[in-house]
Amino acid sequence: MLESKIPEGPLQEKWRNYQLKSQLINPANKKRLKVIVVGSGLAGAGAAATLGEMGYEVLCFCYQDSARRAHSVAAQGGINAAKNYQHDGDSVMRMFYDTLKGGDFRSREANVFRLAELSAPLIDHYVQQGVPFAREYGGVLVNRSFGGVQVQRTFYARGQTGQQLLLAAYSQLYKMKRAKKVRMFPRHEMMDMVIIQGKAKGIIVRDLVSGQLKRFAADAVVLATGGYSRVFRLSTLAIGCNGSAIWKAHKRGAYFAAPSFTQIHPTALPQTSEAQSKLTLMSESLRNDGRIWVPKAKDDPRKANAIPEEERDYYLERRYPSFGNLAPRDIASRAAKERIDAGYGVGRLQNAVYLDFKHAIAHFGLETIQDRYGNLFKMYKKITGVDAYREPMQISPAAHFSMGGLWVDYELMTTIPGLYAIAECNFSDHGANRLGANSLLQASIDGYFILPNTINTYLADALHEDHPSTAHPEFIKVEQEVKAQIKNLLSIKGTKTVDHFHRELGKVMWQSCAMSRNHNGLKKAISEIEHIKAKFWTEVNVTGGDKEMNPELEKALRLADFLELGLLMCTDALQREESCGAHFREEFQTPEGEALRKDEMYSYVSAWEYNAGNFKLHKEPLVFEYAQPTIRSYK
Amino acid sequence: MKVVFKIWRQDSQKHQGGFERYPIEGLTEDMSFLEALDHLNERLVLQNQKTIAYEYDCREGICGQCGIFINGRAHGPHNNITTCQLHMRSFQDGETIVVEPWRATAFPVIKDLVVDRSALDRIIEKGGYISAKTGTAAESNAILIPKDIADKAMDAAACIGCGACVATCKNASAALFTSAKINHLNNLPQGKPEAAQRVLQMTKQMQLENFGNCTFTGACEVECPENISIINIAEMNARRAKAKWLGR
Repeated sequence: MLESKIPEGPLQEKWRNYQLKSQLINPANKKRLKVIVVGSGLAGAGAAATLGEMGYEVLCFCYQDSARRAHSVAAQGGINAAKNYQHDGDSVMRMFYDTLKGGDFRSREANVFRLAELSAPLIDHYVQQGVPFAREYGGVLVNRSFGGVQVQRTFYARGQTGQQLLLAAYSQLYKMKRAKKVRMFPRHEMMDMVIIQGKAKGIIVRDLVSGQLKRFAADAVVLATGGYSRVFRLSTLAIGCNGSAIWKAHKRGAYFAAPSFTQIHPTALPQTSEAQSKLTLMSESLRNDGRIWVPKAKDDPRKANAIPEEERDYYLERRYPSFGNLAPRDIASRAAKERIDAGYGVGRLQNAVYLDFKHAIAHFGLETIQDRYGNLFKMYKKITGVDAYREPMQISPAAHFSMGGLWVDYELMTTIPGLYAIAECNFSDHGANRLGANSLLQASIDGYFILPNTINTYLADALHEDHPSTAHPEFIKVEQEVKAQIKNLLSIKGTKTVDHFHRELGKVMWQSCAMSRNHNGLKKAISEIEHIKAKFWTEVNVTGGDKEMNPELEKALRLADFLELGLLMCTDALQREESCGAHFREEFQTPEGEALRKDEMYSYVSAWEYNAGNFKLHKEPLVFEYAQPTIRSYK
Repeated sequence: MKVVFKIWRQDSQKHQGGFERYPIEGLTEDMSFLEALDHLNERLVLQNQKTIAYEYDCREGICGQCGIFINGRAHGPHNNITTCQLHMRSFQDGETIVVEPWRATAFPVIKDLVVDRSALDRIIEKGGYISAKTGTAAESNAILIPKDIADKAMDAAACIGCGACVATCKNASAALFTSAKINHLNNLPQGKPEAAQRVLQMTKQMQLENFGNCTFTGACEVECPENISIINIAEMNARRAKAKWLGR
């Protein structure tokens, strides 16, 4: 039975009630408790720094060479907060409703409300840490809009908001490292979880420089390991992003919630070749001023600027007049796919649509547009060689954020006691679709504000238990299993590269489990992935050894987990016979082609148990007391 | 497209390194430079050879993890970009491309093209932050920050920590990196209380890490992917002098 531990009381009182009742630990005792944080992005660094400030002994791990590289760094557009600085009718309640509706009513009311409630103090927190947010001439903070929202509540630092927030969190992390409350382990990757008597007690990591396996024990383990959209191979994520930590936790007993809810971002740069490793994101903020269109005529051979106004189809404005170009991501992506599939795509491979700033430049002047998006236009030029001030950008949908992740309760604890999952690697706040600029928000709030409050309740009890030791037989056993897996991979010595199999997996996932899904396609995908997985384990070639820096081995280990995760994603998408948010089942749509939700049957969170590979479904019913699910309309 | 990569190979810090030549075909002009190296690595795997180690993560120019010395320049032939933003269209068909790791005493080679840049983290550790605990912040708009000050802080804060400034500098100086962080924080009202300590301790750490001194050649700002100006170094030096002599 899944116990979500939602506190009593009205929505507005729940978090306060929780804090009043949660347990406290005196400072002298906190020193005796150790917490492992895996991942050093916005959530991991924020949590590690704050837990250190509270007095815990913290060990923080990341696979990159420094905590400052984590992929939070790449978030461009901004972070939402219900400050109502623009006096445009915003409030915590409205932000709560926008987020719940944006997620197509597939998230927990209490969690979403808490997210909105804690957003305003978070901006204060970041300003204090020295984040140079955009300002008006008078010195107050500026806001802009993001998709799915009709108020201006997004705070930003040029097109580098994620970088600035991450650097703030990273600097706090190193502040606590200097204070000797946090020990940092860069270039260390978690290989597996150690569970002792049903509780998370440590991890096995691989030192990526020496290749050595190491054991670390702690009183609690926090995973802050980000999203898994690299399962599609081509995505907006960093190349090293992976799902291994949460997958290993899943195999050790943590339930995996809504694995198939993955967001396809509408404004990335289109794929241009087979060798491509990455799809670069262009911030959603561009949709504040850019207008999206395709030619009205199929296969129009003319250059964009040669196509007159009356022959352009501004399809988002046409289909969704009240939100227009700021329709939420799932809707904007699907609308682009519909036009591209119908033969109206532009660009060399006809796989893109235009994002045009002509009107914005005419209206606001070139200088204003440069001030707002200068670095994004520069980035676009570096990659494509095209000046987007003169001709429209070409953009295309790309795999982006995973709303799904480890199932967590209100305290952000997984189904394994003592194991927490925070930010993108959990499932809690975004339902079936995340609104733009809510990702940095969730990562920060989980790490700085929520976890440091909720973890005390568990640790207060752990205080009276034996502190785990790495000499425990369970540590030895898990380490041996990791060793065996590595040895196995290195001994296959087949004829194909790791990337070959990753491309194969990516193609299947993109075709069958991305923007639109159907029963037969998913069935077929499952058998294809089984096939790729079998081939991988017999035909892959991983050169180099295990006792050295070996990027090929790192890739192989991550892909081995992606192959299994892909199966679960397809299984989940197949089971959910409705359309909601990013999960669009072709069989379930309105005559206008919009998602058709089936609340009477699917108003629950799907939480999957690993069950030795025969995934078993558990359901957490979603109860809506304050916002009644409606048909999500942006028309 | 085909090229010859002449690549620095070195097993570890303890081993002696050297150049190896790798002729490679089947590249296209719209491949990024790192994708061309990926392509080469796949070929090496198929020949049962060890792959070349090099660094990258985001591949969109913001994480700062990539960094290769290409044909004698940090991040390749263009000004102000990262290695991951470099494309093969910037090279001639048949060209020999020399590929080396960052060279600096403070950046020891770990393997092939991978170097240890943790010295930069240790500089940050000595004051590249504002000492404020979570939960102690005042309302944001209670402290007004003029737009030009916020913009100036942001110009410096944009540093991605790639180390190209060090790699290209004949003295292997980290002055641009260090000054960017100091000026980011010391320009903001929130950074003022610790301003003097910050500039003194961070510059001291810079020296302890064996980075060279800045002689204002301006080489760093040409390679900096974020266009961070060497004016920052002058500003840092002024701040340092003030902190040293006036204590603020």
